[in-house]
Amino acid sequence: MSKTMEPDLQEPSAGISRPGNPRKEWKHPSDHWMRGFILDNRAALGTLAVFVVMMTVFMIANPTVFTTWYLYSSVLTTLPVALFVVVPLVFVVTCGEIDLSFPATMGFASWVFALVVQAGYDPFLGIAAAIATGTLLGFLVGSLVVYGGLSSLIATLGMNFLLRGLIQIINEGRSTALTSLADSWAYKIFSSQLYGIPVQIFWAIGFVVLSALLYNRHRFGAQVKVVGDNPDSAQQMGIDVKRVRVKVFVFVGIGAAIAGTFSVMINFTWWPTAGDGYLLPVLASVFVGGTPTWGGIGTVVGGAIGAVTVSFIQTGVVAAGLSGFYVQFFNGLIIILSLLGHKWNQARYR
Amino acid sequence: MAERLIELRDISKSYGQVYALGGVNLSVDRGEVVGLIGDNGAGKSTLIKILSGVVKPTSGEILIRGQPVTGWSAARSRDAGIETVFQDRALAVQQTIVRNIFMGRELTGFLGWLKVNKEIEEASRLMREIGFTSKVFTPQSIVGQLSGGERQGVAIARAIYKQADLIILDEPTTALSLTETAKVFHFVRQVRASGRSILFIGHNIHHVFDIADRFVVLDRGKVALTADRSQVKSAEDLINFMEDVAHPGGLPGLHDAGDPEQRAR
Repeated sequence: MSKTMEPDLQEPSAGISRPGNPRKEWKHPSDHWMRGFILDNRAALGTLAVFVVMMTVFMIANPTVFTTWYLYSSVLTTLPVALFVVVPLVFVVTCGEIDLSFPATMGFASWVFALVVQAGYDPFLGIAAAIATGTLLGFLVGSLVVYGGLSSLIATLGMNFLLRGLIQIINEGRSTALTSLADSWAYKIFSSQLYGIPVQIFWAIGFVVLSALLYNRHRFGAQVKVVGDNPDSAQQMGIDVKRVRVKVFVFVGIGAAIAGTFSVMINFTWWPTAGDGYLLPVLASVFVGGTPTWGGIGTVVGGAIGAVTVSFIQTGVVAAGLSGFYVQFFNGLIIILSLLGHKWNQARYR
Repeated sequence: MAERLIELRDISKSYGQVYALGGVNLSVDRGEVVGLIGDNGAGKSTLIKILSGVVKPTSGEILIRGQPVTGWSAARSRDAGIETVFQDRALAVQQTIVRNIFMGRELTGFLGWLKVNKEIEEASRLMREIGFTSKVFTPQSIVGQLSGGERQGVAIARAIYKQADLIILDEPTTALSLTETAKVFHFVRQVRASGRSILFIGHNIHHVFDIADRFVVLDRGKVALTADRSQVKSAEDLINFMEDVAHPGGLPGLHDAGDPEQRAR
């Protein structure tokens, strides 16, 4: 102990510390940039390793199928929808909460989008309306959890049923076809193809990069992590803990609205069940990605890689020549193996 | 006379039917070290939480530099130049030293983006300032990897960053080794020498006696004694007085420390 708390008696010449170069003053085993990089990103790199191993196994099983572009193209069309909710959920889980209401928010916001487009307005206006709806629903869910003092697990589950129920009651199961979308500018910008690559993926990558910066280089991310780590301390240091918590739910609402809108634009149709199928794959992606359940830490990039992994399981299993009955088994296997890997890879500090 | 930094007037705090504080008057002047002592349940923690803005008093008035405050909160307290090193240190142990030092006070530029390099620079400067350097960790080390004394160093570094006028140290020497305790004392003297104030809360009366200019004894939610250093001959005086307060008339020879009524302010 006394070794490390030694009073700083060194004469100026002993420390080669030039002001303005603080990183150099501290010698550390992780000073080598690559070691530091690996240590800082161990969760995301672990997820990447899982993905690479999984793909290698699939490719060995059936090498020819994995050279066809169609296989990747179909994944790249649906993956962005998941990414827009996986990433905000990393923030929620880091904050020590969970949000199970995003599928209904996806359905609700995209319904608003469909209504606006169906009424003959420009799809851009529809997107704006959908995002506004998502923001509002996120605020509603967040306020209910935070100011109502409810468990986010149960309250958001309830909100998911409640909102989905509202959609079903009003629409009575009817879907909405939006054929006019195909000629719109919004479709060209958000849902067409660029050199054969689905354009959604570029928007999704942009969203992931921006969110990763928000998580690591912005006050919002810093406060989310501190609140998830130790809410009492955050409060004592003057952080408005409740406000930060509501904000992460609003972020999910916005992400879910974008995701829902993208899924409608892919299919030219809005279904009253829109978003429902995403609940479990998206949650699995967050945890496969290396964000632990206890809050305080997480990784946006890892979550994104987790989403890629989960997306490729279904395609990969079938492409590898196995029957569709194997999909669930492999889903479970990947989740369990990832969790075991992350447990070994990450230390939990208390 | 030195400037009056903070003054609590007739502060009460009740949790339902239970009174934690019943009309406490306390003041801290610029450049003085006030030692706050009291038994378990005397209301020390509640008083600190009120000063740091975490808890709002049920009634009473808080004055900062003579001005009454409204809308008291943790953020307001820190803005007013009061920093607290809490007993549990209030650290987020999965975060880096930098993130803990700038908790709730992130250095941000355009649109709230963090000035990461500036934060690292400032953190290493602060850690050097309080003699808290090591070859085995950097400002970007995770706090959970540090020992108790090192964590205390992070909490203190956070408290001195903004050149706070008043630093509240809540049981800073509990669970520390002798050398670490000596470092805390050294730090307290440094702060006083720079003309700032400290409210030092301690269980160990000998520690408090060694360091404080003025003593405030809290008992069952009330100030039982306020005494200048010149009025208290030894730590034993204080101990005797506290025993007397705890068991009125039960133990002899206790009024050397001065009459509480006369000294209360």
